[in-house]
Amino acid sequence: MNFLDAIWLIPLFPLFGAVLMFLIGRRLDPQPERSPEALEPELAEAMGEDAGQEHGHHPRFAPTRRLISWICPGTVLVSLLFSIGAVVQLAGLAEKAHQVILYTWLAGLPFHMGDGAVGRFAADLGFLLDPLSGVMILVVTFVGFFIHVYSIGYMGHETGYYRFFGYLNLFVFFMLTLVLANNYALLFVGWEGVGLCSYLLIGFYFHRKSASDAGIKAFVVNRIGDAAFILGIFMIFALTGTVRFLDVNQALHGLSAETAGFGVLSLTALLLFVGATGKSAQIPLYVWLPDAMEGPTPVSALIHAATMVTAGVYMVARSNALYSLAPETMAVVATIGALTAIFAASIAFAQNDIKRVLAYSTVSQLGYMFLAAGVGAYWVAIFHLFTHAFFKALLFLGSGSVIHAMGGEQDMRKMGGLKDKIPTTFWTMAVASLAIAGIPGFAGFFSKDEILWQAWSSPYGSKALWAVGTVTALMTAFYMWRLMYMTFWGECRADEHTKAHIHESPPVMTVPLTVLAAGSVLAGWLGVPKAWAFLPGSFHAFEHWLEPVWVAAAHEAGQGAHEAALEWALMGLSVLLAVAGILIARYLYVQRPELPDRIAEASGPLYPALLNKWYVDEIYNFLFVDGLAKGGGRVLGRFDQAIVDGGVNGAGWMTRFASAVSGWWDTWIVDGTVRLIAFAVKMISYPVRFLQTGFVQQYAAVILAGMAVALGYYLIK
Amino acid sequence: MSEHLLSIVLFTPLAGMFVLLLLPSSNRKLIRVWANIAAFAGFLVSLPLVFRFDRSAEGFQMVEKAPWIPALGAHYYLGIDGISLLLVMLTTVTGFIAILSSWSAIDRYEKQYYAMFLLQQTGMIGVFLSLDFLLFYVFWEIVLVPMYFIIGVWGGPRKLYAAIKFFLYTLAGSVLMLLGILTLYFQHHAQYGVYTFEIDALMQTAMPLHLERWVFWAFFIGFAIKVPMFPFHTWLPDAHTEAPTAGSVILAAVLLKMGTYGFLRFSLPLLPKAAIDPWIVHVMVGLSIVAIIYGALVCLMQDDWKKLVAYSSVSHLGFCTLGIFSLTPNGLAGSVIQQINHGISTGMLFLIVGVVYERRHTRLIREYGGLAHVMPNYAFVFAFAMLSSAGLPLLNGFIGEFTILQGAFEANRVWAAFAVTGIILGASYLLWLYQRTMLGRINNPKNLKLPDLNLREWAVFAPLLVWALWIGVYPKPYFEILEKPVAQLVERVRPGYFEAQAAKAPLEAAQAMESRMEAGIR
Repeated sequence: MNFLDAIWLIPLFPLFGAVLMFLIGRRLDPQPERSPEALEPELAEAMGEDAGQEHGHHPRFAPTRRLISWICPGTVLVSLLFSIGAVVQLAGLAEKAHQVILYTWLAGLPFHMGDGAVGRFAADLGFLLDPLSGVMILVVTFVGFFIHVYSIGYMGHETGYYRFFGYLNLFVFFMLTLVLANNYALLFVGWEGVGLCSYLLIGFYFHRKSASDAGIKAFVVNRIGDAAFILGIFMIFALTGTVRFLDVNQALHGLSAETAGFGVLSLTALLLFVGATGKSAQIPLYVWLPDAMEGPTPVSALIHAATMVTAGVYMVARSNALYSLAPETMAVVATIGALTAIFAASIAFAQNDIKRVLAYSTVSQLGYMFLAAGVGAYWVAIFHLFTHAFFKALLFLGSGSVIHAMGGEQDMRKMGGLKDKIPTTFWTMAVASLAIAGIPGFAGFFSKDEILWQAWSSPYGSKALWAVGTVTALMTAFYMWRLMYMTFWGECRADEHTKAHIHESPPVMTVPLTVLAAGSVLAGWLGVPKAWAFLPGSFHAFEHWLEPVWVAAAHEAGQGAHEAALEWALMGLSVLLAVAGILIARYLYVQRPELPDRIAEASGPLYPALLNKWYVDEIYNFLFVDGLAKGGGRVLGRFDQAIVDGGVNGAGWMTRFASAVSGWWDTWIVDGTVRLIAFAVKMISYPVRFLQTGFVQQYAAVILAGMAVALGYYLIK
Repeated sequence: MSEHLLSIVLFTPLAGMFVLLLLPSSNRKLIRVWANIAAFAGFLVSLPLVFRFDRSAEGFQMVEKAPWIPALGAHYYLGIDGISLLLVMLTTVTGFIAILSSWSAIDRYEKQYYAMFLLQQTGMIGVFLSLDFLLFYVFWEIVLVPMYFIIGVWGGPRKLYAAIKFFLYTLAGSVLMLLGILTLYFQHHAQYGVYTFEIDALMQTAMPLHLERWVFWAFFIGFAIKVPMFPFHTWLPDAHTEAPTAGSVILAAVLLKMGTYGFLRFSLPLLPKAAIDPWIVHVMVGLSIVAIIYGALVCLMQDDWKKLVAYSSVSHLGFCTLGIFSLTPNGLAGSVIQQINHGISTGMLFLIVGVVYERRHTRLIREYGGLAHVMPNYAFVFAFAMLSSAGLPLLNGFIGEFTILQGAFEANRVWAAFAVTGIILGASYLLWLYQRTMLGRINNPKNLKLPDLNLREWAVFAPLLVWALWIGVYPKPYFEILEKPVAQLVERVRPGYFEAQAAKAPLEAAQAMESRMEAGIR
């Protein structure tokens, strides 16, 4: 079977699952007429209903629900199989890129490019499989499949099961579209689509305001990045006349890097990177990711750790031809990456919610990936993305298993001593924590070590970047093992009721943990350090596999000279720091558990600042949400009513006023004059009226009188 | 028969109205059924337009021409091009949907109501089909009357204020427009010795720039009030809020497009020198960008669900006018597509308000909350409409906005940078509205027993959902339909636009862009 020509089917299988859930999901999984969480507690009380707890409420579910558990993970499994088939066949190709174009999706009209040439605003519905997208689809479908399986157990007691799996399938569809797209516009479709699914899944428990708030925050913050991304896409159109990756690379080929200053190429690359800071939670747009933990834990594992948030890293690596021409933007990328890494790690120090620690850890690790990309070591960025997908997904799923065991408790201060009660969870999480801490032999060690080495040795790198990365490595080991020690060692600090119910998760959840734990070890061995010259070439497979993707110049620039002795030394230092971090955590949280509080007290404003995440959310809220958006809306709304509409109403009022005045004028002056004249005439005529009465007798009398007077006059005369 | 297709499309609703008037007003059911039949027939007869339309032909098709008032040189002159084809289809589809949605919402004077609606259909189709300026003007004014009554008789509490405001405001604009028309008319006579209102004849008239400018502003008042562009928009929230649901749907979906259509059909081709005049372009684009941002921000402070949707129209129409005055092929094509999209998305949003208004008789956002628990299908449809309106890719809104923004970017990238903030704010106010009405817990006992969508309501939404998805996934036919008329427009305003220059090497392209960027604009 030719899987290469069938790559367009890979995203469609999960889409099929999603559509099926939207169409018949409610039949397979009949929902209670009104879920117990639907009512406001006061209202429920007033109606005499049970206010409904979020956990511990176990309604009876229809047996057809099992079909959902088969269909939705099944579609991802089929995608995984097709992905494996396609990647295997890709490996056999001489030219490591295969494009399948279905039709012209965005069939726009001609436009003038930057130089005045006429281009066409068009984008395919087309897919590109090359080593880079190959890695991505394998990660997405592999990790995605096991997280689906895990969710069967984790979400088993929840209402809205069909909805959850529908969203999850929809997410996998968009994510696969994102990584398989053959052009920027279609990548953007997936990009926004995964954002939508992220919104839907963060707000899965939509009766909770905090959940829907977090969903909105995620969507809107991502939209800020997307706005810049859109402009970046237009820049690419204007520069190259196309958005197809292969054609863009072709068009950029032969350009010299913008070393003279910040030019058009740098601007383009920067706009794309702003998009990436949104999706991949980097400074200044990282704020949505920690709040995204409102979603169910499998969502955090899949979307907010393993796949979606790495889309920005993927996109930058995909655009390596462009970035390599824009050294200034590369420096921005590396700096933002390093700063985010250390900044987020510092916040992770003081968080007590197990998922929030992991969220900041994700932000920090994504910073590492951008650091690698920024120094031109794109393959290392993807390598870290690859290893991180395993161990971070595992950490989240493990934390989910812990939360599951603790009856929904997420506060590590109320955990402790779980080591023996949930051993599988413990051992797998320990593997992941060793991996992220960078202990040799575990996957994270290989990728992180390579990042630090590249930061040091790449022509784009610097000692400062390396130093920040190395300090962050120490911090990472510390906060991760702080999490481990607080959760699994010491006395159990839960209440008796919870304690009694602590139980290991069912196999449907622990098997995925075990598989990911294996990945958290093995994944790293595909890219061992160059200094480990004693290992055969297949241990460097990852780098070689991705080689065809990079534009030659960029690739070599990012290599740096591999001096074995120096590399060994730096490696030794970072391992030392990792071990130190773990030991410090052990000292503080196992041997002297009273110390952290005293340190916190002694630290002055530092600890509250860390605890409150450097008050960034408060500042953003004040400036942008309440200030710019809501405040601006209120001011403009008043302006609209008072001034703009006031003008219209004023014009209406003026018209009415004018008509009243003219009415008055008309009645009193114009008509008044007329009536005055009439009155005057009437007045004048009044005496005369007595003469003309119409009475013949009167006339006769007057005539008689007149005649008498006349006669009398003549007689007297 | 077939050579009078446009007349048939134009007069089918009117014929339906006359039959309706003969029906006994006591038989309400019969009246409703007949109104739906007539509206659906209006849609059916318009379908052949799509199939008979030749996408590769230049100019107007299916032309009909007969003398009307010979003494004035006015003709009964109809014709269709890609732009009017899409708008006519939008009219017939949403017209039917609006009438279907009135089924249970209208419970008094049904006969008069449906008669007004059918009359309005003919008026609107006439606007989009007329190629004679006087005929256009007559249809333009006819449309005012039924909408005035629909708002004024079947509207909400402040219906009289809203109806009168709507009527007088738009009438005032069209009087000025008439002055512009007459100027053109007499100018043409002065040059050619013939009195005519035919658009293609008037296009031959050569006018000095200053006169073109005056006529442009006269037209502008008429069209900008109709669109409505900032700052002429305040009649819209009142009219929308007070109108019955179907009235709002038609008002948003079609009536506003008469304004944008006016710019496309008259201002640009008849006054090409004024349309490219930098001062005018900057004012028009400036007002459009203000509308996009201003409309969206004002949405954030609304506590009336319907008013919020009305202000979102201001923002969306800002995109449409921005596209037009970017004077680029993609800006113009995107604008027309966005006009269709706005008809679909905002039409749906108004229908959505209508569904709960019919159940609860309030439009205040705070009266709702948690509706998704009791009305899941409704919540799904609302989410769909919201995402379509917010421009989510694979739905219609994205295609329009993205294309318009590209057109604006080509003209001046600063414009695009400002306008693109509209997509951020658009997501904000829509998601927030959705949260306040659909999500959270139910806190109002009145919302506990709200029934979900019934079959008729599904029938109202289904065509719009499908249409939104179609444009989003496969917009190619729309671009093909628009390619020729848009190219003609651009060629008219910016002659020589399409003459391909020798493609330069990308390096030169980068340098060329660089220098343009330093130069600032254009």
